[in-house]
Amino acid sequence: MGKVKKVKDTASDDDCWWWLVQKGTAFVFISVGLFALLVRVAVSLHPYSGAGNPPKFGDYEAQRHWMELTINLPVREWYRNSSSNDLSYWGLDYPPLTAYQSFIHGLFLRFFHPDSVALFTSRGHESYLGKLLMRWTVLSSDALIFFLAVLYFIIVHYNQSSRNRKSELAWHMAMLLLNPCLILIDHGHFQYNCISLGFTVGAIASIFSGKDFVASVLYCLALNHKQMSAYFAPAFFSYLLGKCLRHKHPILEVSKLGLVVLGTFAVVWWPYLYSTHSILEVLSRLAPFERGLFEDYVANFWCASSVLIKWKRLFTTESLKLISLTATVTTCLPSMVQQIKSPSNQGFLYALLNSSFSFYLFSFQVHEKSILLPLLPATLLAVEEPFIFRWFMQFAMLSMFPLICRDNLVVPYLALLALFVLILCAPGQHRVRESNYFLSYLGSATMHLTLCLYFVLHIVYLTMHPPEKYPFLFEAIIMNLCFSQFVLVTLGCNIKQWLQLDLLRLVEITNF
Amino acid sequence: MGKEKLIVKEVHHSHSPKTSLWWFFLVSTCIKVLLFPSYHSTDFEVHRNWLALTHSLPLSQWYFDETSPWTLDYPPFFAYFERFLSIFAHLIDPQTVHLQEGLNYSSNKVVYFQRVTVVLSDLSLLYGVYRLTRNLDSRKQKLIWSLVIWSPMLFIVDHVHFQYNGFLIGILLMSLSYLEEGRDLLGGFLFAVLLCFKHLFAVAAPVYFVYLLRHYCWGGVVRGFSRLLIMGGAVVAVFASAFGPFFHLGQIQQVIQRLFPFGRGLCHAYWAPNFWVFYIMSDKGLAFIFRKLGFNIQTPTASFTSGLVGDSSPFSVLPQITPFVTFIMVLLALSPCLLKAWKNPQPQMISRWVAYAYTCGFLYGWHVHEKASLHFVIPLAIVAAQTLEDARHYFLLSIVSCYSIFPLLFEAQEYPIKVLLLLLHSILMWSGFSAQFYDGTETTEAPTTNSKKKSYQFGSEGDSGTTMKKGFVIGWIERIYLIGLVVVEIWGQIFHPLLLGDKFAFAPLMLISIYCAFGIMYSWIWQLVYIVKSI
Repeated sequence: MGKVKKVKDTASDDDCWWWLVQKGTAFVFISVGLFALLVRVAVSLHPYSGAGNPPKFGDYEAQRHWMELTINLPVREWYRNSSSNDLSYWGLDYPPLTAYQSFIHGLFLRFFHPDSVALFTSRGHESYLGKLLMRWTVLSSDALIFFLAVLYFIIVHYNQSSRNRKSELAWHMAMLLLNPCLILIDHGHFQYNCISLGFTVGAIASIFSGKDFVASVLYCLALNHKQMSAYFAPAFFSYLLGKCLRHKHPILEVSKLGLVVLGTFAVVWWPYLYSTHSILEVLSRLAPFERGLFEDYVANFWCASSVLIKWKRLFTTESLKLISLTATVTTCLPSMVQQIKSPSNQGFLYALLNSSFSFYLFSFQVHEKSILLPLLPATLLAVEEPFIFRWFMQFAMLSMFPLICRDNLVVPYLALLALFVLILCAPGQHRVRESNYFLSYLGSATMHLTLCLYFVLHIVYLTMHPPEKYPFLFEAIIMNLCFSQFVLVTLGCNIKQWLQLDLLRLVEITNF
Repeated sequence: MGKEKLIVKEVHHSHSPKTSLWWFFLVSTCIKVLLFPSYHSTDFEVHRNWLALTHSLPLSQWYFDETSPWTLDYPPFFAYFERFLSIFAHLIDPQTVHLQEGLNYSSNKVVYFQRVTVVLSDLSLLYGVYRLTRNLDSRKQKLIWSLVIWSPMLFIVDHVHFQYNGFLIGILLMSLSYLEEGRDLLGGFLFAVLLCFKHLFAVAAPVYFVYLLRHYCWGGVVRGFSRLLIMGGAVVAVFASAFGPFFHLGQIQQVIQRLFPFGRGLCHAYWAPNFWVFYIMSDKGLAFIFRKLGFNIQTPTASFTSGLVGDSSPFSVLPQITPFVTFIMVLLALSPCLLKAWKNPQPQMISRWVAYAYTCGFLYGWHVHEKASLHFVIPLAIVAAQTLEDARHYFLLSIVSCYSIFPLLFEAQEYPIKVLLLLLHSILMWSGFSAQFYDGTETTEAPTTNSKKKSYQFGSEGDSGTTMKKGFVIGWIERIYLIGLVVVEIWGQIFHPLLLGDKFAFAPLMLISIYCAFGIMYSWIWQLVYIVKSI
């Protein structure tokens, strides 16, 4: 059923795919969307994180617990430790929009299955119907927010320039909707990344269509759903600032945007605005610095280099915070400068990728799941950077592999990886703009070697036991490999972003 | 899957039909793999039990064993096939093939193992459809592949519900492809093999018999007779290799009894949407009317679904139906087709005739399963792209028959899956047929339809895509019928439980049966007319 219609240039000789795209974008969206939904439903049959694993369970229990809290307690107590709200047991630690979303979903669950969200008694609740309803809340959020945002993006993106090749559009849509990492985390592991990422995509599309205010509102919503969306903040900030600076009255423009942002925040935070104390209370929940520089194994700089340098032992948490902040800001500075200097749609996408990467690689307390954030702009760039996109996606998958194994999701992982490669390489396509400079950096021998290593690591991780002395040996190897590839990707994209600037200048020069 | 990835890499660089075919297959494989943990029916335990009994018992007890209620009731080739699979099952988890300890064993290991065997056995379907379509043009090929390899019915029946239909229908398609090429001996041989895998395919045997007799054997006494001998020899050899061992053991009667359990009722637990649904309903209706009129009508004690109760008739007014009656009715329904096959045995008609035979068997047969509609829906896909009429008929038929197997998956978890599969299939068919018939038959109309230019804001290159208006359209009756399907589903899922609660819990299912029976009847008449009209 992969009606996923790939890719076929209508103009080409062998038009074996055009029938799937000939009816227009709405048709492509419906068929790709249905297929993507089918894949999601199928993945949701598999276990969620922490299934049957008391006493703490996993993210599934966290989300369910938030629903339980929000529908049973008054708004003001959601973030406050009390006799009825034990914050040490999956306390709410996402911004208010997540809480509202939990509230709505909680009502849905209570309607069909009251036991699953009863206060206190539902802790660790696991049942057939409960799982089903929870899965359906993710599905519906995905379909209503992420899918529509993607449709908006595709319409705007393919309307603006000369690129009206429908097959490319279909392929791009499939890539966006069939992102294996996102599907695995949301519908397998269990989270609601689709909401914040959907708002982000919506914001990007609004920027492309010139609606900066809408974009600011949508981005604030994303930020208020998951604070991790702040990874994109430098790009949004610098792009919008750069644009404002080019207006006649930059200060006026900036303050208008500022007001929009403040207004959105005020609306979302309204129930907590009655006192500074309550705002701080919520804020303190959002920034869990006590959890350390990194948890588990994640393919960022701190974790990868901790093989050699024991950061956690050498520095205090306070100084680590400062170091990581400096590192993050320094690394995303180049792309910010570029956007402030000359904001452009294309450059903006690269800036999103680069700023989210610098956060992923260098910021404090990064989860392996956060790779979804840099992955999003990379997917939006898939047509321009097919090779980088593919390479990045493969290693993003690998970087989540240990997590996926813990969740017993190896089978959907492999199936989704295969499906991704299949659709990426759908027959009958040809990529005109295949830009291989990245490939030529790597050299094809190195590339094949890395790919071999990639497969071997999967097999080794699945079948072998690590030596007793180094129980996390394989994780460390995987993370270092992924880290090295991520660094290459972000280096490549930073260069690309600056080259874009030169290109633009070149265009301007030739035009005038 | 790792291996798959490697194959895929090659796909990238070459675009031959074979690689696209693999692409279709591998995409569907990914979905099948994702569906592994979904609900599986008792058929899963049936096949597990067969693995166990063929592995742990000597051949002589295969058809006698009654350890589990799911006794072996397929012909010997299928039993050999299970024996072959059980070798691997034993390697993977010995408990699977243990006769007693394995009962109702359904750990992840055994589920995944059995699911994998279904996925792999689908290679037979892949080869069958490849043989049948290899001489078509590339667009038709892709259309047919998407109808067959991505058939939602196969996903539902084989990969969720659990059966091996893809494997068996693959053999049927191979046999048809040989007949179409004129290699009758191989075609007949493969059909005999198929019968020894699953005897329910025997409904098409009269068609095969007449066709092979006329097309292969006819012409001259000596040539005819020698060919008859060759064909007969081939078929006998196949049957001998299947049933020979049991014949040798003197168990042939027991085997036959297992294969044809006429103790079962006229209808399966969930009524297949066939002619008998109308018969039962008219019986109920008449009984109701007569009772109102003051006649003393007894409520029947037996049910249609199980014949085990004895020989009391399940009907209160209309005459009792016996297996023999259904047999005669099937033959009668088949006769126009047999006549045509006798008069003019053409290879290009054989797929239609065979599909028609299975349609008759489905409509009038004894104890028909709703899944049996696969036997004609899949072969008809091969001819669906030939004319616009075919496409319209197939569009309706495949939606109706896919919908009619919805009750197989009754749990909430699989509900979105079956709905999405059907929607996806419909939309794919719609766009596929539109593209196919815009380009072909309807080209002349294109200039006149320019008035309403497409309103899509992009892709307005002004090429073929933009003038697409007409092409594939279905008539208003079909449209109303399909909308009715949606109404039936919404009634059964939402309004019935809401308004009537648990009362008449069987009514929505009955409604689906009756409603779909109209669609299948229509398809039968359409096929009949087509066959009779053909030269």
